[in-house]
Amino acid sequence: MPDWLPPAALLLVAAAATYVSRGLGVMLAGRIDPAGPLFAWVGLVTYALLAGLIARMILLPIGALQETTLLARLAATALAAGVFFATRRNLLLGVASGSILLALLSA
Amino acid sequence: MTSKDAPAQPIPTAGRSIRFGIREGFGVPGIVLGASFVGFGSLVRESGMSLPFGLVSTATGWALPGQLAMIELYGAGASLLAIALAVALTNARLLPMTITAMSLLRHPRHAPALYWLAAHLIAATGWAQLFRRAPILLPENRLAYYFGLTGTLWVITLIATAIGWELAGRVPHPVTLGLVFLNPIYFLLLFAADLASRPRLMALVFGAALGPVLHLITPDWGLLLCGLIAGSLAFALDRARARRRNA
Repeated sequence: MPDWLPPAALLLVAAAATYVSRGLGVMLAGRIDPAGPLFAWVGLVTYALLAGLIARMILLPIGALQETTLLARLAATALAAGVFFATRRNLLLGVASGSILLALLSA
Repeated sequence: MTSKDAPAQPIPTAGRSIRFGIREGFGVPGIVLGASFVGFGSLVRESGMSLPFGLVSTATGWALPGQLAMIELYGAGASLLAIALAVALTNARLLPMTITAMSLLRHPRHAPALYWLAAHLIAATGWAQLFRRAPILLPENRLAYYFGLTGTLWVITLIATAIGWELAGRVPHPVTLGLVFLNPIYFLLLFAADLASRPRLMALVFGAALGPVLHLITPDWGLLLCGLIAGSLAFALDRARARRRNA
């Protein structure tokens, strides 16, 4: 098996899995109620899934972030949240401060 | 994006609507989205993947949560089937978003093929901006504005992916770690901005608690199970609460 095949298959599968929802959205527009309970459930499932992924990335990282300590990641997360709320929810300042602190603590 | 740079009167022509969309794409939404995709580009490189991989992912899988789930599960050694289902579930929220966006974008004057292209560009930032601007756009010009806006955002995210990938190999290593950390921190703050909805707060807390635990039990299926269990639990508790209130 050539070594470009698994990444290419991964991209193809991910693109298809993403476009399914978009395509169904075009087909079903005007025919089903997007404010109904089914989509309330879908929204919460995707929200919980993403929350689980983010928590896992901070608490149990795989790859590069494994080189950082849990304490550094938690401190950076706390600073990001603190700056975010202190600056009337400035997303850019929040992520920048957390990211910079993690870099400093890992130096 | 503040309301002060938005015109009070409806924008009269399609050409001006497109240009308004492009200008807004280069504003705050584009800057914030760009920063998050710089983080994604760095994550792609640190996960051992090539620049073309990152660019094709951003071009075709556009919507960061699914891209993040894909690369993290791949890194964790999950099977292609597990990744496909987790990405599909992560992006299932695009379905109701597409339906509501279509209600604004559709107009008898447009070729139906354009809606399939428009659907590819649905993601949280552009979707929210479309709803914010719809009142100052003529119904026949909303699609023009939308393509100007999301097309710009799409190009910005491609460039940002490349910048992030290139930076990760060139800056001092601790800076690369900071760039990779942009990924979780960006979504964490998006969540933090959105704690007012009670069912969402429950989904968030249950998901954050279950995610790491289920990952330890089954790295392959943990993420999918986390979404289904935590999301369904939040949904059921919210329904039960609504019923109690109505009883």
